[in-house]
Amino acid sequence: MQSQPRVNALNQLVNWLTTGVGRILVSLFVPFVTFLVLWRGFIFLRDSNAPQLIIVLVAIVWGVGGVALLYGVSNWLVEKLSGEWVRRLQPFIFIGPAVAILFWYLFLPTIRTLVLSFQDGLGRNFVGIQNYIFAFTDRVMLEAFRNNLLWMILGTGFSVGLGLLIAVLADRTPLEKVYKAIIFMPMAISFVGAGVIWKFVYAYRGEGVGIQEIGLLNAIVIALGGKSQPWLLLPPINNLFLIVIMIWLQTGYAMVILSSAIKGIPSELLEAARVDGANEFQVFFQIMVPTIQSTLLTVTTTIVIFSLKLFDIVRVMTGGNYGTNVIANEFYLQQFTYNHSGRASAIAIVLLIAVIPVMIYNLRQFRERRAF
Amino acid sequence: MSGVKSSQKGQKRLGSLFVNGVLILICLIWLIPTIGVFITSFRNSEDIYSSGWWTVFPHRGWVKVEEIRVPESVDVDQPFEIAGITADFATLRQGVTTPDGRKITWIGNKRSRLVVVEEKRWVGFSARLTLDNYRDTLSGKEIRFRDASGNEITRKGNNLGGAFLNSIAVAVPSTIIPILIAAFAAYGFAWLNFPGRKVLFTLVVALLVVPLQIALVPILRDYTQLNLNGTYLAMWLAHTGFGLPLAVYLLFNYIGSLPRDILESAFIDGASHFTIFTRLILPLSIPALASFAIFQFLWVWNDYLVALVFLGDQNRVVTSALAAMVGEKGQDWHLLTSGAFVSMILPLTVFFALQRYFVRGLMAGSVKG
Amino acid sequence: MKNRFWQVLAILMVAALVLAACAQPTAAPTQPPAAAGGSYLDRAFAGEFKGTVVTMAGPFTDNDAVKFEQSIKNFEDQTGIDIQYEGSKEFEASISIRIDGGNPPDIVDFPQPGLLATFAAKGKAIDVSTFLDMEKLKKNYNQSWLDMAMMDSPNGKIMAGVWGRVNGKSLVWYPKKAFDEAGYKIPTTWDELLALSEEIKNDGDAPWCVGIESGAATGWPMTDWIEETMLRTTSLENYDKWVKGELKFDSPEVRRAIEKVTEIWFTDGYVYGGRQAIATTFFGDAPKPMFDNPPKCWLHKQGNFITTFFPEGLTAGVDYDFFYFPPIDPAYGKPVLVAGDIYAMFNDRPEVRAVMEYFTTGASVEGWVRAGGAISPHLDSSLDWYSNEVDRGVAEIILNATSVRFDGSDLMPGAVGAGSFWKSMTSYVSGAIDLDTALKDIDASWPK
Repeated sequence: MQSQPRVNALNQLVNWLTTGVGRILVSLFVPFVTFLVLWRGFIFLRDSNAPQLIIVLVAIVWGVGGVALLYGVSNWLVEKLSGEWVRRLQPFIFIGPAVAILFWYLFLPTIRTLVLSFQDGLGRNFVGIQNYIFAFTDRVMLEAFRNNLLWMILGTGFSVGLGLLIAVLADRTPLEKVYKAIIFMPMAISFVGAGVIWKFVYAYRGEGVGIQEIGLLNAIVIALGGKSQPWLLLPPINNLFLIVIMIWLQTGYAMVILSSAIKGIPSELLEAARVDGANEFQVFFQIMVPTIQSTLLTVTTTIVIFSLKLFDIVRVMTGGNYGTNVIANEFYLQQFTYNHSGRASAIAIVLLIAVIPVMIYNLRQFRERRAF
Repeated sequence: MSGVKSSQKGQKRLGSLFVNGVLILICLIWLIPTIGVFITSFRNSEDIYSSGWWTVFPHRGWVKVEEIRVPESVDVDQPFEIAGITADFATLRQGVTTPDGRKITWIGNKRSRLVVVEEKRWVGFSARLTLDNYRDTLSGKEIRFRDASGNEITRKGNNLGGAFLNSIAVAVPSTIIPILIAAFAAYGFAWLNFPGRKVLFTLVVALLVVPLQIALVPILRDYTQLNLNGTYLAMWLAHTGFGLPLAVYLLFNYIGSLPRDILESAFIDGASHFTIFTRLILPLSIPALASFAIFQFLWVWNDYLVALVFLGDQNRVVTSALAAMVGEKGQDWHLLTSGAFVSMILPLTVFFALQRYFVRGLMAGSVKG
Repeated sequence: MKNRFWQVLAILMVAALVLAACAQPTAAPTQPPAAAGGSYLDRAFAGEFKGTVVTMAGPFTDNDAVKFEQSIKNFEDQTGIDIQYEGSKEFEASISIRIDGGNPPDIVDFPQPGLLATFAAKGKAIDVSTFLDMEKLKKNYNQSWLDMAMMDSPNGKIMAGVWGRVNGKSLVWYPKKAFDEAGYKIPTTWDELLALSEEIKNDGDAPWCVGIESGAATGWPMTDWIEETMLRTTSLENYDKWVKGELKFDSPEVRRAIEKVTEIWFTDGYVYGGRQAIATTFFGDAPKPMFDNPPKCWLHKQGNFITTFFPEGLTAGVDYDFFYFPPIDPAYGKPVLVAGDIYAMFNDRPEVRAVMEYFTTGASVEGWVRAGGAISPHLDSSLDWYSNEVDRGVAEIILNATSVRFDGSDLMPGAVGAGSFWKSMTSYVSGAIDLDTALKDIDASWPK
């Protein structure tokens, strides 16, 4: 008896909430609560003195949950609208956040860089294309261009080739996980760590009585009866020694992505080819490669871009000396060591332009695959 | 018949032998540098500097058996007799190997008058390995000095525990948030129609090449205005921004190549885009999400510069803590090597945890079903 | 599955909210009380700035960071100002970004005045002469230190910072015990130095340990050598002109200075490992063969900070010692090359001013001096503070010097002093380019 009116009231409330004014109020209330929750969380994280472990847990839940919640709530709001509007607005729920963040974090800074590239070192006066003249004529820059070409071709070629080879071969062995973990491991090592590892490979102690080499490469050369060499001081092959480091680091990346693509090839397709009498090479070149072609392009593109942006290896190993400079290292030097923002910006813009052909090729491929 | 079968079997075995052989060779090449550093991380700093890491393995090496003092009266510039051979200083300095397998070497300069006889024996069983480097990295190196009143002061350097927590708080959301945002965007670009789609997508992909260093100054300026510096949110957003182009590009490739018929049949069932995305596309894309997750996690985990600029020293991450430990101009190889391995543990765990998603049939099965 | 996800998420969000609500937000920073009489330092000691925070950034980490913090602890205890020091390895990059990004620390420690000059030129550094008592400064610093702190800004010359710590560079280290046992004599002239080198070589060892590898900064130890020989072969006016870019690298003076360096470096058998190994040997590892038993090399020229890189367990004055890098031409006296840390201010608040003023007193480095590793440029500091003979000896050398000059490459613009000078000299040492190309490259890189 007693609960009867309460149920009635509840029903009334639900009715009211699902009609007219109520709906609008709810539509306003939900985003408001969402915002409040997120804001409180932010204030807590910024100001609290709680134990670190709690802060870290709250941070993770708040950050990840908050983003999911924002998507959920905004989609929920849009789907309340009429069908026509849903179709118009929904794409922006999907791409809006990504576009907004990219606009803020990368697009605006790029525009700023473009402006700075026409200014002097302190960013005060316009100097026309002087910085670009430097970028294309300076001896150091020309050397960097040549080296980057080497990095792009050899580094990318070997990383992708080896990654593909390992992905395909490992797919057929029971020890796949072990092999893949080993190849992947260098990616997990920080750049500082990787620098140390390779310093122990290329170390050179010099000549003289009682000098013991601690570098692996020189130890091997001496064991084979040769003479120790300062590997990183020998242009132009020192570039190759540095590229080996990149291959060592990046093959794991290519392998992981290509491996997941290979696993996506329907096994019936491969079996059918084998039943038809194709040998393994034919299966590889005629079935696998075409099927994973788009992934191959993706991997190649990202590694090409990586090889253009790369500077840590060079910075740690040679500092860009002995003819091993690369564009991104020169950018870093100009920006932070020489404090010449004009030249640094021009170099960054040149990098951007250098990738345009790769991008155009990518877009054309998308169109062909009617993904666009 | 059976002959054919057995030869096929034999061929298969040969093939698998070849496959494993190639893989083992490549893996060895990949591992050796790392093994070297792993061993180095257990050696003390003087040993690291004075001999190669491979000397910890048992090997045939020269062992001192006798020490001879050359009397002051001998003119060492002329050949003189010692330990059964006749040689002068310059020759002895390089070391003389006798036919009976001994090596006779002058140690030090001409004034030391010290000659050592060595024989080749097995050495390396008593390699001096130590856990001290790991102890120092984990609990902070002890720094000793005297203060103004002459007291010996011992202070611990920074410890890695807190830094690990900070790194986790930075890296986990910085991995999941961009994946979520990029997956939504990739779906939008691949399956939704709206004006400006191609232009926007082209721009997103072109931003792949922008070096993040150019963005640091303007973003820091904005953060200063918004009072965001030193917060985790600042880090997540920054890593999201810098990781998004690659994430969108990779996931677009994957999501865009999912068969169209899945989507169409779901539409016929009356599902909305949001439902299709969360219930169909996300589960289907797990391999791609997992592989991107690994890379994003690694980059964030190993990032130093972004953390240095936006997070500062109060919420130190592992990379900053390690860098600080190594000293101002230092190249404390014993700490660097052990630190590198300590900081590798978590990324490798993430890799192993996500590796189970790289399995065959995940895609194929769902396409059929 | 989807519902479960949202449920879990909702629960977690509520939990996060509860946690957030429970937490106490920290109090807003207290406002400093209104200005009172006396200098900022006096007011700080009177407790006026109690509870305020001053942030500092610099390149010291590890040992140096701890010693620095120790040396300011008294000040913090007495004034209640909390100085939060942040040391980082990628100092150059992070500090450029933070200053340009409008979020600089209050005080920045620059080991290279050249870098500070860039920020002064951009109008970012605050002129410390506006609030420091110049009379007091003149009493407490040699004029040359004050002159070196004057830098160009958009508003004319300003005093961009104050000197906190210096170190001496004109020192040659040797393994004292073995050196004495071998009967070698400490050289006091250039000819004696060369004679000693020849003697050690004839005894079968390499006299010198040299290494210039230093990652992205490879080459800087060579620039120190060249500055030393410059000071010993030409006038101070020429040295100053050279640092300012008025005397070209491709000039007889600089060439002669470089020849003096290569007289040692490129002579067969003079350098441990040979010429090529100079470029591949990490500068901190370079002195280590001196402490092998018996030593493999005997002489190492480097600043006083190098002792941190010596193997553990050595005693200053027993296992190792140093002598003054001898003069070449008596006409130029006994010059000393120094380097140091200049503290500059980027946020103007009363408590920051107080801390800056504190750094102009010897008391601010006393703790560090006593702990070892720092030398005070302040005239009110005492030689008694130096706990070990080596540090005291260095301080004495600086005091006794007929002239003191600052590390030239640190004063030159970054593009030269931290760029082409290092790089070209490294390439020259490794044999990749000849001297003419190297010098022309450096001259060409000088910013116009």
